[in-house]
Amino acid sequence: MAEDCTEILEQLYIYVDNEMPDEARQHVETHLRACVACLEAFDFEAQVKTLIARRGRERCPDEVRERLTATVRTYLVDQPPTE
Amino acid sequence: MEYADSLYSAAMRMTRNSADAEDLLQETFLRGFRGYERFEAGTNLRAWLFRILTNTYINRYRAKQRRPDESDLADVEDFFLYRRLGGLEAAQRGRSAEDELMDLFTDTQVTDALEGLPDIFRVPVLLADVEGFSYKEIAEMLDIPIGTVMSRLHRGRKALQKSLHTFAVERRLADPTPQASTADPVTP
Repeated sequence: MAEDCTEILEQLYIYVDNEMPDEARQHVETHLRACVACLEAFDFEAQVKTLIARRGRERCPDEVRERLTATVRTYLVDQPPTE
Repeated sequence: MEYADSLYSAAMRMTRNSADAEDLLQETFLRGFRGYERFEAGTNLRAWLFRILTNTYINRYRAKQRRPDESDLADVEDFFLYRRLGGLEAAQRGRSAEDELMDLFTDTQVTDALEGLPDIFRVPVLLADVEGFSYKEIAEMLDIPIGTVMSRLHRGRKALQKSLHTFAVERRLADPTPQASTADPVTP
């Protein structure tokens, strides 16, 4: 295990969340190319994020969508835009 | 109605039931129309609608609950799920780790795990991991510093991983204890 694994792993979420400035990002990627252990950990967390994104959502049911549209329409009839 | 699906999803995860989710969405759209002149053209309409949704939820529903507390969430070690499931990948060669995780958990388990988080952690995790908003956008929506967004995300994600692991153990898909892995990055 390389010496700076701890430092790299502390930045895992900032990296996975795509919140890292380019220079820091390159530093992390250089490490990941050389360190399989860290790469696997990063990869795993990125996949958990994908899992949550795909399985954590659902479609708005049609009947709910229709009721929402009706509410908004009623509002617009009662209070037409002032312009 | 352009963002109805993602707003409905988020409202479901926030309120945990379809009747309240629909009420929350109705109010969000009406507030959106009423305040539309305050929306600055060229800025992000989706982020603006989510800000209204989040604030409406916090004001309407959180007030009914007892005061949320950071200590509601037990401290979970880092890399909780990786230390327990990371080795599965090697066990079933030829399949990507992504397929592996996708197959391991159902929609219901993921939504249950999300909905089990206390509010102050659930909302940032929803906004970041399901909706893909940036730390800065989430900080603005919740009116908290970026550092607070990051720490709540960190703790919320660890707790989420812990409940996902519990589901996997219940279905005997995972061992209750961490695997002794050669690829364990956190053992000093």
